[in-house]
Amino acid sequence: MRYLPLTDSDRQEMLSVVGASSIDDLFVDVPAEARLSGPIEGLPLHASELAVERHMSALARQNLSAGEAPFFLGAGAYRHHVPASVDHLIQRGEFLTAYTPYQPEIAQGTLQVLFEFQTQVARLLGCDVANASMYDGSTACWEAIVMARRITKRGKALLSSGLHPHYVSVAQTMAKFTGDALVHEDPTLEAATDIDALIAAIDRDTSCVVVQYPDILGRIADLTPLADAAHAAGALLVAVVTEPVALGAIKAPGHMGADIVVGEGQSIGVGLQFGGPYLGLFACKQKYVRQMPGRLCGETVDAAGKRGFVLTLSTREQHIRREKATSNICTNSGLCALAFSIHMTLLGERGLRELAGLNHALAVQAADQLAQVPGVTLLNDSFFNEFTLVLTKDARETVRNLADRGVLAGVSLGRLFPNSTAVGNGLVVAVTETTTPEDIEALAAALQEELA
Amino acid sequence: MTMLKEGRPTAPEPVKEAHMAPATATGNRALMLEEKLIFEIGSTDTTGVDFADTPQVASRLGSLARVDSIGLPGLSEQETVRHYTRLSRQNYAIDLGLFPLGSCTMKHNPRLNEKMARLPGFADIHPLQPQSTVQGALAVINELAIWLIRLTGMHGVAMTPKAGAHGELCGLLCIRAALEARGDARQVVLVPESAHGTNPATAAFCGYKVEDIPATPDGRVDLEALKARLGPDVAAVMITNPNTCGLFERDMKVISDAVHAAGAFVYCDGANFNAIVGRVRPGDLGVDAMHINLHKTFSTPHGGGGPGSGPVVLSEALAPFGPLPYTARMADGTIHLIEEDNVGEEMPQSFGRMCAFHGQMGMFTRALTYILSHGADGLRQVAEDAVLNANYVLRSLDDVLDAPFGHSGPCMHEALFSDKGLAEGFTTLDIAKGLIDEGFHPMTMYFPLVVHGAMLVEPTETESKAALDQFIMALRSLAERAKAGDEALKGAPYHAPRRRLDETLAARKPVLSWTEADVAQAAE
Repeated sequence: MRYLPLTDSDRQEMLSVVGASSIDDLFVDVPAEARLSGPIEGLPLHASELAVERHMSALARQNLSAGEAPFFLGAGAYRHHVPASVDHLIQRGEFLTAYTPYQPEIAQGTLQVLFEFQTQVARLLGCDVANASMYDGSTACWEAIVMARRITKRGKALLSSGLHPHYVSVAQTMAKFTGDALVHEDPTLEAATDIDALIAAIDRDTSCVVVQYPDILGRIADLTPLADAAHAAGALLVAVVTEPVALGAIKAPGHMGADIVVGEGQSIGVGLQFGGPYLGLFACKQKYVRQMPGRLCGETVDAAGKRGFVLTLSTREQHIRREKATSNICTNSGLCALAFSIHMTLLGERGLRELAGLNHALAVQAADQLAQVPGVTLLNDSFFNEFTLVLTKDARETVRNLADRGVLAGVSLGRLFPNSTAVGNGLVVAVTETTTPEDIEALAAALQEELA
Repeated sequence: MTMLKEGRPTAPEPVKEAHMAPATATGNRALMLEEKLIFEIGSTDTTGVDFADTPQVASRLGSLARVDSIGLPGLSEQETVRHYTRLSRQNYAIDLGLFPLGSCTMKHNPRLNEKMARLPGFADIHPLQPQSTVQGALAVINELAIWLIRLTGMHGVAMTPKAGAHGELCGLLCIRAALEARGDARQVVLVPESAHGTNPATAAFCGYKVEDIPATPDGRVDLEALKARLGPDVAAVMITNPNTCGLFERDMKVISDAVHAAGAFVYCDGANFNAIVGRVRPGDLGVDAMHINLHKTFSTPHGGGGPGSGPVVLSEALAPFGPLPYTARMADGTIHLIEEDNVGEEMPQSFGRMCAFHGQMGMFTRALTYILSHGADGLRQVAEDAVLNANYVLRSLDDVLDAPFGHSGPCMHEALFSDKGLAEGFTTLDIAKGLIDEGFHPMTMYFPLVVHGAMLVEPTETESKAALDQFIMALRSLAERAKAGDEALKGAPYHAPRRRLDETLAARKPVLSWTEADVAQAAE
């Protein structure tokens, strides 16, 4: 109980000020039958720092970490090198242990970071404005669909077959309860993207078309024709970016006509962390800013005329208009946004372009090398740092077997699309700057043995 | 100095206003340094990282290469460290001092939690790794789930919600799925006035019609009004307990029984669970679903606005409808992750997935570390000290500040005051901004809405008596100044990095990102 500073004599003294004879007097409003008389049985009592560290470390050792094995997993979460100063800076207590900046005069640090973050994200995604972050990419994607409904007053969203299936699941979950209609099909293992099919499916009821870029199979396509078709029918284009490093090398969705661009910011500064906390990115055209969910930081001046920053436009949000709120979002991912922003500042445009170029070049080398393995076909004509290999057998089994050999081979499409038999032999492989030639060699060798 | 009440701390004589300090040429003030934006100090050609040489290969980007300037400035590593270190010093944080935000719960964040969350075995694993390679991580989720279920006396827990409000959404989705499973299309969610502001927003977001239930003069749910409104169209009642007036809902069990008798469910906002952890199990009070803000009750640092984590404990009636994925320990001791492809036999009624992966794994690690450190005995002490500290603040100040529910039984973990009795023209805002100059983060202002000019103080269990005494002294002094009509108070803060900021201007003319035009303006 080393975190509790009151001593027993403090407690006695304070009880006398309060006018209570014992602590139980302060719980009189709890119905008697619901009051517990002592620590809950079946749970351990307090433990020393050393004991807790041993327990947690033992659990950590039961995991095979990415750094311990040749590692090729992506599909919405990517392993990148994060410079040491990022984690050092986010651990400064003034960032780490601050709350939401509700008192701007003493939260200018967090607020200026959010303003810088919003600007960085807007520029990276090619949009006018970005918010101060969402929970993660998948929830940001759903919020974009809801926002498109608010703007267009229509309730049918077309979801690309290349959209991350977990993002589709989140949208399907929510749509069951909100009554939105979602149109979506699982992908097939053909090289072409589904852009033409999406264009053909747009009609006068369509609120938005949601397309991932690069998509779940690693494919990239010019979104301009899709944006034009959507706009011609009065619908919006929502683009989803799960690998933001890609935007250091390929055109931003906002520059190809996307109205709303959302993404998963985990790649920059945040780390894998077994799925969370992650960082939802959310940006849009200026004309839709008052329909955008989430927190926003804005510039203003103080009583002495100095520039300062505040949370703003909160009348859209839960804490003012209650049931009229545009979303129920309360928290953002402040600390993850900080990590993203620091990493992006360290990179700068020059560093980001170098990083993206390195990722792409290593991925091209790996794709060509892996395609040489008998029984392996490369699906993609074009890709950034992630591509799909088509194997001669079920990739789920291959991934499990390779894990037993100490190689973390990638993400099988069978795991992502359990109801689709058409993609079962697909393996999505991601390569980043952390991948070494030895890693690629190890994967090629293991695949060769497994497929022989 | 006069002792106003025996045994209570009182304010010292006020310090005389210092002479106006002369301006500095840089705008800096010794250790407090002004810091420009990265867009004003960086350049797109500067970088603080270096990489291995890029192999020369033929591009597979097709015609999509990004050629125009993106507009992202970089800084060298040292410039980066200085930029963010300087900015950090313009933030108040729990590591600097008492942070008494009611309904938000800011408490000490042990660094052991941070150390454990950064073990490569937790921090450097991918959410889609084969399950055989992440048994330790799945064990963390499972172990934390067991603690949450036992501490709350519930039947199951949904671990994936990413924040408290996301947890509310999860709870309501479970309720809606359970009602639909029995073919019952109820349309209305009742939300008492004393509930958190996210509650009605969540209900509306789920497609429900929201109706308010009034509060009684003593700050609790009006039981008779609630009973009168219950009927076959009501899906759920959302209650915050302890409520936002800092009070325990005495009639909780009666409310739950009435709600259940009407065929509806009880959702409890568990944001304030640290007031009762180890002393009361919500399951014993008839709660069907309750989210737990791990970052509040179990001390995950809030990072300037998140991330949070909001697991939802569920009653037997709702547990089968919880979200994917979730963990299950098998007979052979291995832990399976149940998701879309293997859910069939386990939990076919799940309402589905509400985020891409497993929720806030990094927070689970921190929360479990904290829970194991405290143990069942320490967590019980947490609730006792949180409640004692709040009541100590309430009773130490109720002679100078109006305490609207001070007569209404002990407060729980937070003490509620109002602006009643301040001099004409003086507001809660003035007291809050005055606290900034005294070196404290202000309490929550103007919430809950049921009290005019509310000041909600939550000291939490990790504050010492000495820290509370200093805070009480400061607040007492400010209350006396506001009652005496001390005009200087209206100008506070004087000593913060910024004076009062123009929030109206920010909303009327939103400037949400930096543009080159700002350079010209700054040069003027």
